[in-house]
Amino acid sequence: MNTQLNQENVVAMNQGKRKTIEIAGLNFFYGKTQSLHNVSLDIHEKQVTAFIGPSGCGKSTLLRTLNRMYDLYPGQRAEGSIMYRGRNILEGGQDLNMLRAKVGMVFQKPTPFPMSIYDNIAFGVRLYEDLSKGEMDERVEWALKKAALWTEVKDKLGKSGLSLSGGQQQRLCIARGVAVKPDVLLLDEPTSALDPISTSKVEELISELKQDYTIAIVTHNMQQAARCSDYTAYMYLGELVEFGETDQIFMNPARKETQDYITGRFG
Amino acid sequence: MSATLEKAAMNPVYRKRLLTHRIGIALSVAAMSVGLLVLAWILITLIIKGFGALSIHMFTQTTPAPGSEGGGLLNAIVGSLLIVGLSTLISTPIGILAGIYLAEYGEENKIANITRFVTDIMLSAPSIVIGMFVWAMYVATAKHYSGYAGSVALALIAVPVVVRTTDNMLRLVPNSLLEAAFALGAPRWKVAMMVRLRAVKAGVITGVLLAVARVSGETAPLLFTALNNQFFSADMNAPMANLPVVIYGFAMSPYDNWRELAWGGALLVTFSVLALNIISRTVFAQKAPN
Repeated sequence: MNTQLNQENVVAMNQGKRKTIEIAGLNFFYGKTQSLHNVSLDIHEKQVTAFIGPSGCGKSTLLRTLNRMYDLYPGQRAEGSIMYRGRNILEGGQDLNMLRAKVGMVFQKPTPFPMSIYDNIAFGVRLYEDLSKGEMDERVEWALKKAALWTEVKDKLGKSGLSLSGGQQQRLCIARGVAVKPDVLLLDEPTSALDPISTSKVEELISELKQDYTIAIVTHNMQQAARCSDYTAYMYLGELVEFGETDQIFMNPARKETQDYITGRFG
Repeated sequence: MSATLEKAAMNPVYRKRLLTHRIGIALSVAAMSVGLLVLAWILITLIIKGFGALSIHMFTQTTPAPGSEGGGLLNAIVGSLLIVGLSTLISTPIGILAGIYLAEYGEENKIANITRFVTDIMLSAPSIVIGMFVWAMYVATAKHYSGYAGSVALALIAVPVVVRTTDNMLRLVPNSLLEAAFALGAPRWKVAMMVRLRAVKAGVITGVLLAVARVSGETAPLLFTALNNQFFSADMNAPMANLPVVIYGFAMSPYDNWRELAWGGALLVTFSVLALNIISRTVFAQKAPN
């Protein structure tokens, strides 16, 4: 029933818009426990898609299937299909490193690498590009400017990434993800460990990044979803309850469960 | 107010808890004192008995012949530095690489589990057994004792220490950091070497230094391998003087100057190891992984 509803929504609202990722009939298992049930939705190009729902609803799990991060852990598996640029990435024989270079991810907690600020950015770039020193300098500056961090760190690029504050570290991680020029950026609760000022900086950044990238964001903060997303998916207990344009989901949800969650009567 | 507190202090449950607390603390302090007392005793004895031998001659003259006056430990000090140095060069890369292997593949792989088990056994293997093993495999085949054999024996003792600390340190690296590196499309070996190992660099270096400290005082393996040399020799392919074996030989000799040198050597070894431990714990162990 969900699937049907979603498909109707999707068809109705997406005429003329391009899809980057099409998820169909996705089931996910941690060992024997099934944590996603028949999830189907589309992620649109150069739009922000937000996943909301109470803890444990499967929104992070869904995000982690999109770059096959779950593959690092034996016992976790996904069924169904995730079409990305014409290929089903759940099929065997995928070049996962290449996929992850194209579908970047920023995590809940800032995770700077134990190296200089400069090298934190250059690390990912060096994996796939052979740049001269000058080109690399430009790329690092470009990425740090994109992440609104350049002015704060331009005089200490040689210092350890760990020496930055939490908010700066998170923006460094975003810069690192942007520097490799991915196609899609997955943001897994990127502001949940940040103070309000850093949060607003990251949110501004998301709207900015939307110009060039397709973005999927998991968030616990409903205002955040309302503020910075174009599409919102409400999930509950591993199922997609409702998916649609953010304005419609927040102003006029089709389902009562969604309305209860959004208005705070539940969750 | 104070009446309330006094009344609370009379509470039988509270009083019983306080008593248990005091007994617990007393036992802990007593146990700690016993340990510290023995350590202090050893250090004080060493200082008192070894201090007399501490002179410039200890570092400039070689070990004295039987019956001759004076003498120093130059050949033994140089020999120990060479043997321990080479053993560190052998054991560090092997130990660190094996540690990385265990941390990376240790959970999914039978060979890794066996390796970890064997490493644990090696950690507690009597060092004399290691000495005999190297004697049988190397010295008996080459038909002569040598500094090289000594280095091999010490390396065999150091490797499991380095493996274990490297493995343990790498396991402290949070998955989130590794995922972040994988999320950029980095291949596994790059994540392991550039991110995971780097995150615990200080801890791994500490492990190496502790392994050096551990083998510096080993006597039994050297007795079977490097043996000893009364003269100065930097030839690693020949029998070589070294501090532990010289201490062992001199401590039980009838000559006063030999026994004094033995105390001096013991003082030197002990304080070198102490210094190494302190350095590794203060300089390198400050940063825990985030």
